[in-house]
Amino acid sequence: MFKKILIANRGEIACRVIKTARKMGIKTVAVYSDADREALHVEMADEAVHIGPAPAAQSYLIIEKIIEACKQTGAEAVHPGYGFLSEREAFPVALAKAGIVFIGPNPHAIAAMGDKIESKKAAAAANVSTVPGYMGEISDEKHAVKIAEEIGYPVMMKASAGGGGKGMRIAFNREEVEEGFPLAKSEAKASFGDDRMFIEKFIIDPRHIEIQLIGDKHGNVVYLGERECSIQRRNQKVLEEAPSPLLDEKTRKAMGEQSVALAKAVGYDSAGTVEFVAGQDRSFFFLEMNTRLQVEHPVTEMITGVDLVELMIRVAAGEKLPFKQSDIKLNGWAVESRVYAEDPFRNFLPSIGRLVKYRPPVEGVREGASVRNDTGVFEGGEISMYYDPMIAKLVTHASTREKAIAAQADALDAFYIDGIQHNIPFLQAVMQHPRWISGKISTGFIKEEYPDGFKARAAEGEERRVLASVAAVIDHQQNIRRRKITHQMSGTAVSFAKTRVVKIGDDRLKMEVAGDGHSFAVTMIGPDDALGETISIVSSWAPGDPIWHGKVNNRDVSIMVRSRLNGLTLSYRGITAPVHVFTMREAQLAALMPIKAAADMSKFLLCPMPGLVKAINVDEGAEVKAGDPLAVVEAMKMENILKAEIDGIVKKVNAKPGDSLAVDAVIIEFA
Amino acid sequence: MKDVIEELQRRRDNARLGGGQARIDAQHSKGKLTARERIELLMDENSFEEFDTFVEHRCNEFGMEKNKTPGDGVVTGWGTINGRVVYVFAKDFTVLGGSLSESHARKMTKIQDMALKNRAPIIGLFDAGGARIQEGVDALGGYGEVFTRNVMASGVIPQISVIMGPCAGGDVYSPAMTDFIFMVKDTSYMFVTGPDVVKTVTNETVTAEELGGAKVHTSKSSVADGAFENDLEALLQMRRLMDFLPSNNKSGVPELPTSDSPDREDRSLDTMIPDNPNKPYDMKELILKVVDEADFMEIQENFAKNILTGFARMEGRTVGIVANQPMVLAGVLDSDASRKAARFVRFCDCFEIPLITFVDVPGFLPGTAQEYGGLIKHGAKLLFAFTEATVAKITVITRKAYGGAYDVMSSKHIRGDLNYAWPTAEIAVMGAKGAAEIIYRADIGDPAKIAARIEEYKARFANPFVAAERGYIDEVILPHGTRRRICRGLNMLRNKTLENPWKKHDNIPL
Repeated sequence: MFKKILIANRGEIACRVIKTARKMGIKTVAVYSDADREALHVEMADEAVHIGPAPAAQSYLIIEKIIEACKQTGAEAVHPGYGFLSEREAFPVALAKAGIVFIGPNPHAIAAMGDKIESKKAAAAANVSTVPGYMGEISDEKHAVKIAEEIGYPVMMKASAGGGGKGMRIAFNREEVEEGFPLAKSEAKASFGDDRMFIEKFIIDPRHIEIQLIGDKHGNVVYLGERECSIQRRNQKVLEEAPSPLLDEKTRKAMGEQSVALAKAVGYDSAGTVEFVAGQDRSFFFLEMNTRLQVEHPVTEMITGVDLVELMIRVAAGEKLPFKQSDIKLNGWAVESRVYAEDPFRNFLPSIGRLVKYRPPVEGVREGASVRNDTGVFEGGEISMYYDPMIAKLVTHASTREKAIAAQADALDAFYIDGIQHNIPFLQAVMQHPRWISGKISTGFIKEEYPDGFKARAAEGEERRVLASVAAVIDHQQNIRRRKITHQMSGTAVSFAKTRVVKIGDDRLKMEVAGDGHSFAVTMIGPDDALGETISIVSSWAPGDPIWHGKVNNRDVSIMVRSRLNGLTLSYRGITAPVHVFTMREAQLAALMPIKAAADMSKFLLCPMPGLVKAINVDEGAEVKAGDPLAVVEAMKMENILKAEIDGIVKKVNAKPGDSLAVDAVIIEFA
Repeated sequence: MKDVIEELQRRRDNARLGGGQARIDAQHSKGKLTARERIELLMDENSFEEFDTFVEHRCNEFGMEKNKTPGDGVVTGWGTINGRVVYVFAKDFTVLGGSLSESHARKMTKIQDMALKNRAPIIGLFDAGGARIQEGVDALGGYGEVFTRNVMASGVIPQISVIMGPCAGGDVYSPAMTDFIFMVKDTSYMFVTGPDVVKTVTNETVTAEELGGAKVHTSKSSVADGAFENDLEALLQMRRLMDFLPSNNKSGVPELPTSDSPDREDRSLDTMIPDNPNKPYDMKELILKVVDEADFMEIQENFAKNILTGFARMEGRTVGIVANQPMVLAGVLDSDASRKAARFVRFCDCFEIPLITFVDVPGFLPGTAQEYGGLIKHGAKLLFAFTEATVAKITVITRKAYGGAYDVMSSKHIRGDLNYAWPTAEIAVMGAKGAAEIIYRADIGDPAKIAARIEEYKARFANPFVAAERGYIDEVILPHGTRRRICRGLNMLRNKTLENPWKKHDNIPL
């Protein structure tokens, strides 16, 4: 076995690999760029080597620097993680030349699966079910129409070298092929410098299901069940689960065996994933093979009990797989959320900066459900603009899908992040979505269920009662405490009425709170002053704790607590609600307070910090799209590009380059 | 007996209606509460005891003898806020616009006298248009009496003013002499002379909001220390403020039970200071992570944002926080920031509230605007205030402490009790670049040479150790232990005894 390995990656995957290496007694070497000097993976590794400036192209992507770092530290093998150099054929070749082992598949396997057309040919040759389509080169639109009609509509026309939706068109009839083919072809040329196209059957309501494989250098390949990754946003996976709610045992076996056949055909000898597109009728077709460890590998680990990184290291060292196919049993269900630094309420714009607070849920097994959080960040760390803005992968595992989802929702509630925007409200909203819970999903889920983007939900029903009663208890605790302040007048102690009106959003709920210490009872009071249900609340929350953990009617609840003027901002189940707890008299008088229309700031571009205007990028009357740069403001010697948040037309520009602006000064007004 | 009791009840009910239901409705329609409603929100439930409910004015001019209302436009009395005694007066706009008569002033001065004599805070809720013209000089005399008591009580008991309606003349001068002024947005104004007089005298057209609204006074003039959305929000925040304030200058700070451990460490502070010395960071994060329960009540939040001032607690006991804010103008000291912080420091010193100072200051702001505006004297105010303060003073230098501003920010040299520096601190005359360019003026033409000189200066002086070697810093501390150090320090300094030489009063550069 290796004594020391180097991880040619950063972030959570580097930390993930280091954890397993440490468990195996292998020393680890991290590499880092300027932006990652204080990163968690550097902290965790036994040694760390600086490999250049922040941009990946000048550090993590330079093969020579990795090899140099290996030589410098005596690392015998390199784990590439995912992304960066993980699927570059040249990397294992160069490592081999330098006498260093690549913890991944052999370069031939990478090469064979790297090209979309070549990999399909290989798959077809290995009798893997492939999407009906034409693999040869297509000369022009006439040829394209002929092929499309042979396959049958709808069809998809796709660039061979493509990715990310560029050079891709779907056609439901002849006209759409004639029109779309040349456009897609020229897009392919422009985007990839390669205008080779192929055409294949388009599957309606498709699902993304993939098979995890592991092979060794002795010709053994075993599949470790499937993962479903149908919940995607713009081809980016958001939620993953294992197993898939779609598959039955027969389909699983068929997919698994075909994947193994393909892997064997190309001499595959590490962890890899065969991706399929599946119809709702459980038909499945080969999509591509990823010759690396996938981001979502933890869900497979949770249901199979294997450590994929350990296996990768062992097979790279020449060991045989420790199990046969018949040893693999799937146990329970696992769900993974990708927690990203992005603002779900602003079209998922990336949000970078300092993690002022980062308190993930506690890992481990509790009441039959386990929580695992793979992360590469820490409180006080920085989410940098240079790399993928993923904060963590939150995985829960339980005996059934329903329980794994419930555990995931609970874990998301207990995840506290401050300083940057994050997508937990969105993840939590999906976790509560009936269609997701039913398992009747497809890759179009997000587009279909959130056609106008993601909007905040208001608290309703049970969620509203939970939030209101917890707020009332927090207020009650504070009232008890405030009345213990020193320097009070002697004589009768101050008492306070126990009836409270909780204002949550636009709703008002009347209730009475009793109890002290950690145990409270909240009794709802109806409009006619009739006493309603009593909710029991137990919690050891203390003021200042960022998360309220406790039991509401004996059910575990976690709520994020932030203070606001005279009230609280509570977040729970993806809902964020301002809550105020009033006495009866305060509530009566609060009703007299004027309702001030919130100034509509969407029509203005405000200066986010005091600074100097360096450039105004638009003129009056200009039409702008969300994301367009509007102005550059320099503050503290740093240039900040201010971008349009929504589409609009510029009505008035109030500033010019050279102006010194205060915070919230209006720079541009929109029509 | 029953009859007289009923008569009392009838009179009380009548008095409580103030200027009558129509005027109460009018007050409500403007989004404002009545004087008695405001007091109800301010005080503990059923704790308010009203005085002088039946006082009426004695003016017989201009038909005023026919226009009498019990209470005469101001509600006065005392009650408790979380069990602690507070005196209060609230102008009743529904009675003759809350205008001040001789009797009205007497009610106020009675309460002011009681507050001072009994050493408890006084809160004034203002919603009044000034002197009652019909009473002429009697009203002016009344104001004078109120002013005198404001001055006599200053520094003995906290005096708080909340501006909750249009206020002018004497009703802004009295607040101006109290410790803090808060306003209600959109419904309160303060000016010496209103828009009409301004128009007549200077021909300047200006709205009441532009002349003296909450925004103007919290961000431009700095007359007000804070503003709130409405009456309810303002009054509940006054309850919060009172929990921070001592009852008087001898009582010591109140203590609120807390479960926030004094030993709580925060590792994220170890990465708070960016690698690049010109990159800003938010000093508020440090404050929120160091104080009890992240509870920080900021004073003058919207004025001179390059310095932060406000109240917080350590181990349940009130402290005053002064901190440079690198997010705004790099945390530089200018005239506004100096004045703002100086007044806050003096308040804390008056009332024995320990001062915690967080320092990241690149110096004083250069330029004609500042110099013409009297930066020398304004800057001196802060220097003076910190120096004369005899309360416990703990200072933590997080990054820059350059030049004279280093001395000013509660340094050891001006009687700081405990002066800590983070390892990231740079205590020097100025930044390395500026210093090297002066010392090695001859090398300026040669970029390579000057760069080497800058590095040389940085290596020698851009650290806390030169100051620590001289004892100007008591200890270089790890950022994550800042809370523990401050808590221990405050306990150690609990019996600090330091007296300034006897003087009638000092002569701070006003």
